[in-house]
Amino acid sequence: MTPILQLKGITKRFPGVLANDHIDLDLHKGEILALLGENGAGKTTLMNILYGLYQPDEGEILIGGEKVIINSPTDAINAGIGMVHQHFMLIPVFTVTENVMLGEETVKYGDFLDRKKAAKRIMDISKKYNLQVAPNDYIRDLPVGVQQRVEIIKLLYRDAEILIFDEPTAVLTPQEADELFSIMRSLSDQGNSIIFITHKLREVLDIADRIMVIRRGAVVGGTTPDQADKNSLAAMMVGREVNLEVEKTEKEAGDLVFSVKGLVVADKFQNIVVNNVSLNVHAGEIVGIAGVQGNGQTELVEAITGLRKSAEGEITLLSQDITKASPRQITELGSAHVPEDRQADGLVLPFPVAENLVLCTYYKEPFSKGVILQYKTILDHAEKLIEDFDIRTPSAMTPVSSLSGGNQQKVIIARELSRPIDFLVASQPTRGLDVGSIEYIHKRIVQKRDEGCAVLLVSPELDEIMELSDRIVVMYRGQIIADLPNKDVTKEQVGLMMAGVLPEEALAEGDQHAVEPAL
Amino acid sequence: MDKKQEKQKDAGKVLIEELNQDEKESATHKRSFWNVITIPLLAILSGLIIGAFLIAATSTSVYTAFGQSFGKGITTAFSEIGSAYAALFTGSIGDPVRIFNALFSGDKEQIYKAINPFLESLVQATPYIFAGLAVALGFRAGLFNIGVEGQLFIGAACATFVGYAVKGLPVYIHMPLAFIAGGLGGALWGFIPGFLKATTGGHEVINTIMMNYIAFRLTEWLLSGPMTRPGSGGMPISPIIEESAQIPQFFPSPIRFHLGFFFALGFAWLIWWLLFKTKWGLNMRTVGTNPRAAKYAGLSVPKTTMIGMAISGALAGLAGAIQILAVNRSMALGLSSGYGFDSIALALIGNNHPVGVVLASILFGTLRNGATRMMVVSRIPIDIVDVLQAIILMLVAAPAIIRTIYRLKEPKEEETTVFVSGWGGGQ
Repeated sequence: MTPILQLKGITKRFPGVLANDHIDLDLHKGEILALLGENGAGKTTLMNILYGLYQPDEGEILIGGEKVIINSPTDAINAGIGMVHQHFMLIPVFTVTENVMLGEETVKYGDFLDRKKAAKRIMDISKKYNLQVAPNDYIRDLPVGVQQRVEIIKLLYRDAEILIFDEPTAVLTPQEADELFSIMRSLSDQGNSIIFITHKLREVLDIADRIMVIRRGAVVGGTTPDQADKNSLAAMMVGREVNLEVEKTEKEAGDLVFSVKGLVVADKFQNIVVNNVSLNVHAGEIVGIAGVQGNGQTELVEAITGLRKSAEGEITLLSQDITKASPRQITELGSAHVPEDRQADGLVLPFPVAENLVLCTYYKEPFSKGVILQYKTILDHAEKLIEDFDIRTPSAMTPVSSLSGGNQQKVIIARELSRPIDFLVASQPTRGLDVGSIEYIHKRIVQKRDEGCAVLLVSPELDEIMELSDRIVVMYRGQIIADLPNKDVTKEQVGLMMAGVLPEEALAEGDQHAVEPAL
Repeated sequence: MDKKQEKQKDAGKVLIEELNQDEKESATHKRSFWNVITIPLLAILSGLIIGAFLIAATSTSVYTAFGQSFGKGITTAFSEIGSAYAALFTGSIGDPVRIFNALFSGDKEQIYKAINPFLESLVQATPYIFAGLAVALGFRAGLFNIGVEGQLFIGAACATFVGYAVKGLPVYIHMPLAFIAGGLGGALWGFIPGFLKATTGGHEVINTIMMNYIAFRLTEWLLSGPMTRPGSGGMPISPIIEESAQIPQFFPSPIRFHLGFFFALGFAWLIWWLLFKTKWGLNMRTVGTNPRAAKYAGLSVPKTTMIGMAISGALAGLAGAIQILAVNRSMALGLSSGYGFDSIALALIGNNHPVGVVLASILFGTLRNGATRMMVVSRIPIDIVDVLQAIILMLVAAPAIIRTIYRLKEPKEEETTVFVSGWGGGQ
């Protein structure tokens, strides 16, 4: 059977970069093809070519065996190709129906919008593929996962049969991601073909029919989930063996460094989002807070780091009460914070790397003498950290905005970990990063722990929590429902607790599962 | 995050880097330096070309000439434009022939008179520099200070009061005192909206506009009441300031060139130093660029907002003070020809960088000054210069227009983005 889509020898050059190097790709009807590669490997460029945003320098595109030229997204849509972008292209103040109709208006009496007819069609699509949406809801009121469904409906409304998903899970919670996978499955079962771009190995193994790996703009191999595992895929992606298991030695926890007692935090609408939380972190210990995003972790971290006022409770760092301390006072006590949103909180994007590397310490000697900044010292310091932490940047004066995500995160890691610290709060330290970067950052965090630093790790990625933590704390609806040593729980048990199952039940359930195969 | 927007916002930074680079590194930044100044230069050129059409279109003699014959119309139009721009040039820079003759004759007075147009342009530029710095500093700290005009009036009033009411002080005390009083008045007027923003979140754009109205009416009342000149018959004009408060002019009348111009340059340097060389400046720029990151880094955003508005207001106040102490010597309501509002445009042309502000101010001062002569000699209405300025500003503020006209390439994101494949990628 002819593949529904074929790319032959696609090549795209940017000044100084070969973004795509003679890429061949076949996509069959009803197939989910995963396109795996690190950030900057050329996946997105390839898809932008397919979607008509770039023109290839060489190569051709065939649809159903016939050569096509795609000059614009409109051409792509007409050829049956649709793309769900990483960042949604929706208008928040329009309803679902209005957004779906935009550019493809259903009309009656000449130029009047026929919302009813359109809404009916949306409902049909929604039923057929199990994409639950309410046509009259405003986009701004919808959770991210539902917004993504609207994007998918937009494509189906335009009769797209080849769907491209660009890093679709980056913005989703684990549950939303699971829902998305079942939607993708149902789409492919009904004859649609899907290209799924990602750098997350687990997702690829879960959902893909076939896997294609791209590195430095070229195809380095193809495989299927049953012939591959995480390690082999990572090695293909990165081009060398990657150690996904973090090497970590057993270690006795030291003195109490950080503790929270009965902490209550309210959000700006005065809802209690952190409810009576108590927690201890000892020297040389990584405590991982597991939980689905939005269960109060963000607010807990903000309260701990002085960015948000707490309503009740006590926070102690190195036997000092820091409940009402300012972020700077907490930093000066020897605490470091890797923030959840690196671009919004952790960096001043237009500023050069060197200035970002002293963002929390610029006002102190040796970076300032009196009020005068010592740019020479700041630059020397930057050169040293760029070297030590392997930050890939053209120079210390390059604006951080032009670095890749992984290197931006390294700037933050370098800044926070290079200081003498006793306590580290790392909030989603590897969000959106590729395998190589994750490996590196995990190593650095464990290294800090081995040096005797107390580490509080917050992450919705269960794998990360399981690999790094000495102790696991599960947060659910603002409360801590479990606090257990890592060795006493399995991943499945923590997963159940994250979904709100009480620890006693989860542990019992988990044991059954653990026992079953033995029987 | 909209990267493009950010890059535009920090175009001044490129210039800063250029200025701070040692020679070895500066080569790599040359292109970006040219990128920064091509747009303003082309905008000025385009403004002058469009202005030429306007001059021709508004001149009655051109119409009469076209009535006679087409060729005559064209030549008249060109001669009109030529004489107007010649007047603009001689009025703002000076008449080269006259300067040459004066230099040759060696007569001091002749020389002064010949170079006076140029000096007068610098006189005109002085308040622009202060006011432009006020807006630029505000922008750097993330504050849109539209209240420069009001702060300027309050600063002028304070300087005037200290200038005439305090008596018997030596020059080296009285003059700085009056100057500082102007700065403090402006600082207070800027601090109020800053304080409101920091404590209540009230937006500074609205509050500074409102503070403008209060300032205008307040100075009007002061000048016709408590601060009025005795015997002025209720005219809103202040007494003349004491001689000891006057900022000295270098040459005999009518040449008004004064020490204040060098004060302005000094302040431009000071603000540059403050913004880019001190921790206070980094503090302000961080808050201005990313308040969330500033908070994360332990800075106090409200405190910085208040300080930023106060300094911005102080600079605006100094603009008013300098006009009173060095040029007008007494205060009347016609003190400002809209310095406060033009300064927003100045800061924009100057990329919010002190050096850029000084250059843009001199350009504005020159245009303003030349316009007067253009009006006298060629009977071109001074409004044409307003139109010219407006066009130049529009073109600067919307670089896309200039790029389209001159087919300049948009700085491409792909070209500047650093392509780094994941680290750990080996090789």
